[in-house]
Amino acid sequence: MQAHERIAAAIDAATQSGRPGLIPFITAGYPDPQRFVETLKSIASVGDVVELGIPFSDPMADGMTIQRSSFEALQKGVSLKWIFEQLDTVSGEIEAPLVMMSYLNPLLAFGYEALAERALAAGVCGFIVPDLPFEESEEIRTALEARGLGLIQLVTPATPTRRLQTLCDASRGFVYAVTITGITGGDAGLPEDLTDYLDKVAALSSLPVCAGFGIRSRDDVAAVGKHAAGAIVGSALVEVLERGEDPQPYLRSLIGQ
Amino acid sequence: MSALLQADEASALLEAAIRGDLPDERGRFGPFGGRYVPETLVPAFERLEKGVHEHLHEPSFRAEFQRELHEWVGRPTALSYAPRLSESWGAEVWLKREDLAHTGAHKINNAIGQAILAKRLGAKRVIAETGAGQHGVASAAACARVGLPCTVYMGAVDMERQSPNVDRMRRLGAEVVAVESGDKTLRAAIDEALRTWVTDPEGIYYLLGSAVGAHPYPYLVRELQSVIGQEARQQMIDLAGGLPDVAFACVGGGSNAIGLFYPLLGDDIELIGVEAGGTGNGLGQNAATLATGTPGVLQGSYTIILQDQDGQVQETHSISAGLDYSGVGPEHALLQATGRVQYISATDDEALEALEELCASEGILTALETSHAFAAARDYAAQKPGSRILIGNSGRGDKDMPTLTKYPARTRSHAGA
Repeated sequence: MQAHERIAAAIDAATQSGRPGLIPFITAGYPDPQRFVETLKSIASVGDVVELGIPFSDPMADGMTIQRSSFEALQKGVSLKWIFEQLDTVSGEIEAPLVMMSYLNPLLAFGYEALAERALAAGVCGFIVPDLPFEESEEIRTALEARGLGLIQLVTPATPTRRLQTLCDASRGFVYAVTITGITGGDAGLPEDLTDYLDKVAALSSLPVCAGFGIRSRDDVAAVGKHAAGAIVGSALVEVLERGEDPQPYLRSLIGQ
Repeated sequence: MSALLQADEASALLEAAIRGDLPDERGRFGPFGGRYVPETLVPAFERLEKGVHEHLHEPSFRAEFQRELHEWVGRPTALSYAPRLSESWGAEVWLKREDLAHTGAHKINNAIGQAILAKRLGAKRVIAETGAGQHGVASAAACARVGLPCTVYMGAVDMERQSPNVDRMRRLGAEVVAVESGDKTLRAAIDEALRTWVTDPEGIYYLLGSAVGAHPYPYLVRELQSVIGQEARQQMIDLAGGLPDVAFACVGGGSNAIGLFYPLLGDDIELIGVEAGGTGNGLGQNAATLATGTPGVLQGSYTIILQDQDGQVQETHSISAGLDYSGVGPEHALLQATGRVQYISATDDEALEALEELCASEGILTALETSHAFAAARDYAAQKPGSRILIGNSGRGDKDMPTLTKYPARTRSHAGA
């Protein structure tokens, strides 16, 4: 099985067990780099797939929570190289497939070939790059796919139908359906016409569709779970960690465990 | 010549630039440019690109734009001979006076052009970022002129050092939002404007102020600012009797420089862009992006940026808020790589000294940004006496009074000598 196929398989397994897949997101090394591995293991024991945020100086698609976590992680010396080194120490101990969320420039600085090789060795299965539209993605996609890694495409409520089809076809692992026209960390609630949009994406995609942005509660997860295969929970989880709380009870509560 | 381009590739790209064939259909200036934006904004950028192609060169848009430039902005701006500066430098110095344009800088050319475009594209409101506040003031004025509400994002650090412009924006009807995130200067303000645009990509028009960002902005801003170089070229022929040997412009994002240089690319004129050398050569001490940066993606464009080895964008320092930016327009990256334009820097102290010299010798209080170009031109004149020098005097320095009051005027005692 190629690395990116593990992502879809993990979400499908959750679907088969009768619940939405859960994809927790954390900013790597936040709030405490010393406890990164411990936090990662804890989250991975509940999540079906884990999304690791690579801190970046200019997180233009993120709200205050992830801006703050990104900035502090950078202040504490977190880098992509450091994250790979940490992942090496838990190689084989984490069952949930790992996906990295990174703005393009840190990946560009690392070099796409080196990145793909290093990511595969560290047990990473795919990448989400929020400032990389499909039209600019060929070079990194080629490097990742040559090693079986997936580039996960994002779609949004603003995406026209024809483009939706292109993005669903190009995606690997799952299709990331952004729930709102906005940035991460919103607390205004999910839009009312969300179900039609998620149904439309699901109909166009042969991969599981997972919804993210603004998902904070068990009700939110249940609501998107009726129309999407999984839910991505980022800012709300980062806030739990920020308060120094144990993330496990929070994550379990999201899926009624 | 940069190692980024082979020699034959560089000359082919330069020819394409001079012919007006760049950016290409993918928004590229050779390897630079492109469109690296969140998916939510892709349809908005596609609409903007379509709108630019439909309106920008269409006769009724051109007529309205030209009329506003003439009747409201006050164009053409003067070309001034600088007799005392010329005598002191041993050169023939001419100034293209964008400081005389309405609201006090070249920024208004772009702002009124894009405000007219926003109106035609059916925008409900306009957002803009600002560094020195000049683009914010220009946007506020242009939006008032066309009747659109305007919100300006400005870094908290910049709001303090350019406080007169904050009041001007508010009096012109704009809402000014202090940006406390990131480095609290221009880069953070652009990030915040993009975050806002994402919330309503159909209703909002983002009036970007420099020749930076994702396609089509670098192209759009260049087209609207090229009036500077077109006028200056003709005025040099009419008033100076011929083209200059060399032209200088300061470069932050690079809108006034591309506006001056673009119409001169095909001429036998040396072109020199001057970046902010800040207080020194170390990372974080300056904003000399082209002089010391490396290729990367920042705020929508593949260009030269100031970054560390991990690809984290570095904070910058410059005494002038308008040059205090970690990136530069992608067309400048190409012009550097082809060798057509040379990019150098001037320090904070050199800029201050040049500002005082210009005040004392020509009675012009120029902007701190612009002062960098004067500092470099003075050095050039010392090396090549007798040169005919054109300087893009991009803006006036009234806005810099809060900064300037911290530095006692050294030339005052002998100004009347």
